[in-house]
Amino acid sequence: MLAYLLRSLTQATLVMLAVAFIAFSMFRYVGDPVASIVGQDATLKDRQELAESLGLNDPFPLQFARFLGNAVQGDFGVSYRQGRPVADLLIERLPATIELAVLSAIVALGLGLVLGIYAALNRKGVIANIVMSLSLIGVSLPTFLIGIGLIFLFSVYLRWLPSFGRGDVVAFGWWTTGLLTDSGRKSLIMPVITLGFFQLTLIMRLVRAEMLEVMRTEYIKFARARGLSDGSVHFRHALRNAMVPVITITGLQLGSIIAFAIVTETVFNWPGLGALFVRSVEVVDIPVMAAYLMFVGLVFVVVNLIVDMLYFLVDPRLRGGATVPAR
Amino acid sequence: MSHRAAAPQPRLKLTWKERVAIWRDSDLWLSFKASPVAIMSTAVTLLIVIAAIFADVLAPQDAFDPVALNLLDGFAHPMERGAGSNMLFVMGSDEQGRDIFSALFYGTRLSLLVGVASVIFSMVLGIGLGLLAGYLGGKIEMLIMRVADIQLSFPAILIALLIFGVARGLIPPQQYETTAVFVIIIAIGLSNWAQYARTVRASTLVERNKEYVQAARLMGISGFGIMARHVLPNVMGPVLVIATINLALAIIEEATLSFLGVGLPITQPSLGTLIRSGQKFLLSGEWWILFFPAMMLVILALAINLLGDWLRDALNPKLR
Repeated sequence: MLAYLLRSLTQATLVMLAVAFIAFSMFRYVGDPVASIVGQDATLKDRQELAESLGLNDPFPLQFARFLGNAVQGDFGVSYRQGRPVADLLIERLPATIELAVLSAIVALGLGLVLGIYAALNRKGVIANIVMSLSLIGVSLPTFLIGIGLIFLFSVYLRWLPSFGRGDVVAFGWWTTGLLTDSGRKSLIMPVITLGFFQLTLIMRLVRAEMLEVMRTEYIKFARARGLSDGSVHFRHALRNAMVPVITITGLQLGSIIAFAIVTETVFNWPGLGALFVRSVEVVDIPVMAAYLMFVGLVFVVVNLIVDMLYFLVDPRLRGGATVPAR
Repeated sequence: MSHRAAAPQPRLKLTWKERVAIWRDSDLWLSFKASPVAIMSTAVTLLIVIAAIFADVLAPQDAFDPVALNLLDGFAHPMERGAGSNMLFVMGSDEQGRDIFSALFYGTRLSLLVGVASVIFSMVLGIGLGLLAGYLGGKIEMLIMRVADIQLSFPAILIALLIFGVARGLIPPQQYETTAVFVIIIAIGLSNWAQYARTVRASTLVERNKEYVQAARLMGISGFGIMARHVLPNVMGPVLVIATINLALAIIEEATLSFLGVGLPITQPSLGTLIRSGQKFLLSGEWWILFFPAMMLVILALAINLLGDWLRDALNPKLR
């Protein structure tokens, strides 16, 4: 267990270092950090002094180390366009994105599991077939079109839900939530569906496929032969073994929800990190881009670590030896 | 070719007739004939490709030449005649009197162009790196596969956005419009190479130890020659499947980038750009400006996706 944990942690650190290196290279070599701070009429001497004070003339490893040190302390520099510390911008927008992503993940995971198990157990049923066909459409529809379709139906045609923004939010210190007000909850519905839909279809299809695979095995036949109830066979025997690949893929997918939020947030004018990132790409605001990259990298690494740990809960074989499951 | 066929030595090249005969006898053709979905999706894809190639001839209006537009035609409903030019707008017109039906031809052409070019780009890059990794092994293999692993765990759209942003930082603003198509092809291409590299490496590892490769090595053929002429043709099956499915993904990726406003500019619109410009009219009820480009995108992506699904099953020996 400890060796396995250590190996996962080392890998996570290496990935994080690689991401930080890319972020730093962008930060340092794309665009001119000096030109973005001083005005156009600064003299050459001013520029050189500023470059010196920013440490831009130091050797590369030293600069990278300083960048890392600052990043660990939450200092990502100042936004070129907004003139404010990047960390402040991120924190301001973090709650909106986290709320959206977590709710979408819960919806996708919950509905995906239920529908997937249902579709596997009632393979020939009418409802199961309808759900499966719908999920095929979900896989080939671009996310932004789902969002636009929802807006057209529920905002323009039926006029039930707001088409943009978070509605009224309640603040707790630096955290804000839309869950406690009526308009906030209404504003959440469409973005959550849009963001969760792709993941939902993916999880559902995966659960169904894995369940069908497991249901064909010998030990399920044996469990039936022993006269166990359907419920016990399906949930205590089959589902557990179907869960191992589901956890892997789902974990990785949930990480990418954060990244897919870029599109959803743009469609619904959601004041989150993704919208900030798109804006910063448009206007080439490198410090914001670099910080966002680090943030997404961190989310991925943490999710991966959690997934690695979950294997232990699901797969008892791992608790004995130190073999890492094949991905 | 025909004057060579008369040469006395045994010929290795096949004539076209022989090639067609072999093709008509192949499992692939038989499975194609038996699958209505494959035939339908091929027909739809071909139709769209032809429409895109001959956009200049087929489109009723030269939609992106300002001279051809008549402002009085603005916001014509579908199947309505314009107030200015009395032209019939099958799919309506936008605020500048641009025929949506014509805009679709040009938009589809650019979407397809970017999609195909970026798939070729990532395919060449991925195959090259995959072959190198699989054939050479050692540190090079480790480096390439590590980078591929890391990249595969991030969504392609995020990577494409980052590459796009970096390119923006390196290119002077006055050249944004002229370079936009190339930048987006490279951004999408670079975000998708890892899958090819993984597949090709895995197949190369299998092929490398087979007897025909050892025979080729004994004949004194160089490592590069073996990779290109002997290993590569044997790993192309799965690569083609990935390429087809990736084409649909690349087209959607481009549309998404353009929709986000970081793709192609309005002067060279793809389907995504058309959808973006149609979005602002959706709230005021002019639905057709967005609806038809969106439908086109979905149909195109679905047709290519279905084709890829069929190809994957047809080339999978387990399912034969």
